[in-house]
Amino acid sequence: MSARDLLSPLIAVLVLGGLAFADLPGTLLNLLIFMMIIALAAQGWNILGGFGGLASFGHAAFFGTGAYATLILQTAWGVNAWVGLLIGVAAGAAVGAGIGFLSFRSGLRGSYFALITLAFAEVLRIAANASPLTGGAAGILLPLDYGFLNLQFDDRRWFALIAVLFVGAGLVLARWLERSRFGAYLIAIRENEEAAQALGVDVFAVKMGAITLSAGCTALAGVLYAQNYLFVDAHVAYGSWISIEALFAAIVGGLGTMFGPLVGAVALLGLGEVTKAISGGAPGVDLLVFGAILILTVAFAPGGLMSLRQRLTGRRRPKGETALRSGEGA
Amino acid sequence: MLTVENLTKRFSGLVAVDNASLTAPEGAITGLIGPNGAGKTTLFAMAAGFLKPDAGAVTFAGEDVTAQPPHLRARRGMARTFQIVQPFAGLTVRENIAVGAHLRHPARAEAMARAETIGERVGLGPDLDRAAAGLTVAGRKRLELARALATEPRLLLLDEVLAGLNPSEIRDILPVIRAIRDEGVTILMIEHIMQAVMNLCEHVYVLAQGKMIAEGPPARVSRDPQVIEAYLGHGAAARMQAEGGAHA
Repeated sequence: MSARDLLSPLIAVLVLGGLAFADLPGTLLNLLIFMMIIALAAQGWNILGGFGGLASFGHAAFFGTGAYATLILQTAWGVNAWVGLLIGVAAGAAVGAGIGFLSFRSGLRGSYFALITLAFAEVLRIAANASPLTGGAAGILLPLDYGFLNLQFDDRRWFALIAVLFVGAGLVLARWLERSRFGAYLIAIRENEEAAQALGVDVFAVKMGAITLSAGCTALAGVLYAQNYLFVDAHVAYGSWISIEALFAAIVGGLGTMFGPLVGAVALLGLGEVTKAISGGAPGVDLLVFGAILILTVAFAPGGLMSLRQRLTGRRRPKGETALRSGEGA
Repeated sequence: MLTVENLTKRFSGLVAVDNASLTAPEGAITGLIGPNGAGKTTLFAMAAGFLKPDAGAVTFAGEDVTAQPPHLRARRGMARTFQIVQPFAGLTVRENIAVGAHLRHPARAEAMARAETIGERVGLGPDLDRAAAGLTVAGRKRLELARALATEPRLLLLDEVLAGLNPSEIRDILPVIRAIRDEGVTILMIEHIMQAVMNLCEHVYVLAQGKMIAEGPPARVSRDPQVIEAYLGHGAAARMQAEGGAHA
């Protein structure tokens, strides 16, 4: 990876960071923060589902584990919020590795893998809803205590900046996948597992690495969510909404591309807000729009918004074009 | 370089490969021929580790690799091509070959450079930046060969790399295969096209209905009555001899 490869992530961070400090009204700043959280969750999904062709319906399992881990550590053990963040990411990654070990060892792919991830997320949701450790149905509330060390900010622009920086780290991670042997192997597995094996690729190890990275990235989104709203319960943390938004944003933005998840999250949530405003806040209208966008994307731009841009500028990469199809066919 | 001993593979009731043995000596091109459904590809899959044999052993470079998964055999220096080509369809030709090159070259730039060299060598130079899905049959066969070569193997297992090519394409690729051998790579090839087998192989094994029925230099094997019967049916050898006698 050369310095030039890091230029576009850097520009994205500067633009978004500038936006955070551009004196946005509170609602827009909140939207920006939420967009960053979803972009990060979607980047996690993209690592496994986009680059690796292993579509998951259960990224909530990682998101929720990150969120719960950091809140439990802070409220029950008095652990520092930043340490909680690190442990939250590690816990999410560990859940990913666990699910990956069980699924990949038995060779699960395609819809079977997607369903098993959904099942794990649902089991965790039900368990979290019942267990006293996670506060049961009442959830966990983090007491308000502003300060950098507590990862809570009176001036929310700082939180937005931190979220933007993490999204930037996610972009760098995706860029590294595009430029490294590990990433090349992961894409090769997506395209043809047997052929990859014949070329010396340890399919199991690469998939394990991918799901661990993916889960860690989405768990980080969960940690940020928990720090932002200072509350989680089982439906927020392990609910299917986050699994769906993560895969929506990644698919609409462009699977297996660095900017896809970010572009998808911004486009989807932005459009959702616009529809809400136009419709006067009728419940569920934004979801209707999401559905329509997903159908249009799959039908007319299976490579996502990123492929539209490439089509317009005449830069064609065959990778993006087939990402969705091979991901589904696997 | 490669020895398979008494390999047997059963698919429920069917014995696909029955107690078959062969040796591919270092630095030579060894052929494996046989009628359709003889079990050649199954034997190959066991040699490369894609199928577990029910009995028998595979020895590669003096070590027993029977229990090793394919990627470890690849790292030891065994590379295979697939009879039904398996390109990474969404990637360019260069990226396809680079996946193979990555085995010995972890750095992306280096792997891409190796991919270019190897691509040019097998005649894919003009197609390097095309999507692999857009290649012709001949192009895909070359890509299979290039990817396998990119792993810098000591042993190359070629599964019908010439099938589906027209005579002029075959004529173009024969020298490429011979040049690979001349660099010291041992080759074991499954081939249907006898002209190519005669041309390339020093030693040929004949598999029919899962059993090894003959071996030897290609010229002798092709006159073996058992081999002729395996291809043309029972009594064919005798009939041919009778006809040959009548003409003489």
